[in-house]
Amino acid sequence: MTDKHLSTQFDTELSSISTRVLEMGGLVESQVAQAVLALTSFSAEQANAVLELEEKVNAMEIEIDRDLQTIIARRQPTARDLRLLIAVSKSTGNLERVGDEAARIARTVQRLINAGVSSRLRLPMSDLGYEAELATAQLRKVLDAFARLDVERALEVLKHDDEIDKEFEGLMRKLITYMMEDPRTISSSIDLVFVAKAIERVGDHAKNLAEVIIYIVKGTDVRHNKPEAVETMVR
Amino acid sequence: MDAKVDTPVTEKAKLSVRNLNFYYGGFHALKNINMDIPEGKVTAFIGPSGCGKSTLLRTFNRMFELYPEQRAEGQILLDGENILESKEDISLIRAKVGMVFQKPTPFPMSIYDNIAFGVKLFERLSRAEMDERIEWALKKAALWNEVKDKLDQSGSGLSGGQQQRLCIARGIAIKPEVLLLDEPCSALDPISTGKIEELIHELKSDYTVAIVTHNMQQAARCSDYTAYMYLGDLIEFGPTEELFMKPKRKDTEDYITGRFG
Repeated sequence: MTDKHLSTQFDTELSSISTRVLEMGGLVESQVAQAVLALTSFSAEQANAVLELEEKVNAMEIEIDRDLQTIIARRQPTARDLRLLIAVSKSTGNLERVGDEAARIARTVQRLINAGVSSRLRLPMSDLGYEAELATAQLRKVLDAFARLDVERALEVLKHDDEIDKEFEGLMRKLITYMMEDPRTISSSIDLVFVAKAIERVGDHAKNLAEVIIYIVKGTDVRHNKPEAVETMVR
Repeated sequence: MDAKVDTPVTEKAKLSVRNLNFYYGGFHALKNINMDIPEGKVTAFIGPSGCGKSTLLRTFNRMFELYPEQRAEGQILLDGENILESKEDISLIRAKVGMVFQKPTPFPMSIYDNIAFGVKLFERLSRAEMDERIEWALKKAALWNEVKDKLDQSGSGLSGGQQQRLCIARGIAIKPEVLLLDEPCSALDPISTGKIEELIHELKSDYTVAIVTHNMQQAARCSDYTAYMYLGDLIEFGPTEELFMKPKRKDTEDYITGRFG
């Protein structure tokens, strides 16, 4: 019994596409990290760096999807090979959108800086920083799980998604309070709501990737189920 | 019957195989096979050369009895009756369970007589009734339009794909209940193959079909159930979508994904 196909070409194609998904993951991971840094340190330079990567990320999505189509057409994959390729397609979509969220954050930072919003203005930046930490940790964990097709790690990611949602709700309440207290903060507070939402969506995409990993390994589609239910489905 | 059947089918079983062992002389070719072939569905048999799939197919109509050193032990139930021990005339069993082979085998006679030959063995039909039966069979086999003006011409004059459809027409003309197809498209080009696959799809509304194929994609396209065999054992049997998306056995997955050790 072996894990290699009779066709070494096919093996190469599959491992190459998996590697490229991970590369894309690494790229958007750094985009998110830079976007958060841009935010917490009000750095235009960091924000620009994020936007410069956008084109590369989008190009990767197109390239991987194109290769994916070629493999499916030529190899007629079945079972776990087919599931892997379907998963790759979903993964590139999710990763590209993570990149979009990072870009959105970066553009907001640019807008705030251009509007002359001072970092001294009372805004819950450290809370945002914390929410971002949770989200980037989830993303890192899920990419690691993808590399090793580790279902246990994927399950952990699913369980922790709730935390980010709670942070986001807390942030919303805080921002509303600030806006009520000081109308001068309304414009930037609204911008920060969008940033907080973008970070929350990064967490959602990490969750989607976790579901994808479970699909590859177990062949079970666990989407739209609560984490406890997923655990039962998977064991 | 205490035989353990791994995946009982949800439909009524047309053929039930119980504890079937088959020998070519001293060679144990089929090892304790237990399975049900569902009625009105297409069941495909896949597996590497020598796995026993054609051997198994040929037990379903006792084809092996043509050869003295081949013997089967166990039960093959057709609608509940064991055909291996049946006292019924073997040709009557073969009238119920028809077979089409890999190489098209038209008789050296006219297209009309190719089909009439078998029918005449079992039924006494008037000329008009026979004409009707032949037209029906050729229409079912999607061959009528191509041959209706040359029924008196030799069957061997047809193309490979047409000859194979003629053999299928010949097989269904005697109104069997089960059709066994042993790699029916191996010798055919993609278009003929496509036509026969379409035909198989239509036939299942009236017949139970069992097909042996080397072509996994064909099994995936055509069948409702698939059986994977290896070295005389039935490794896995189940609904085709399950077997090709999420097989239960690693052996099965290795085979269908092309991971041959």
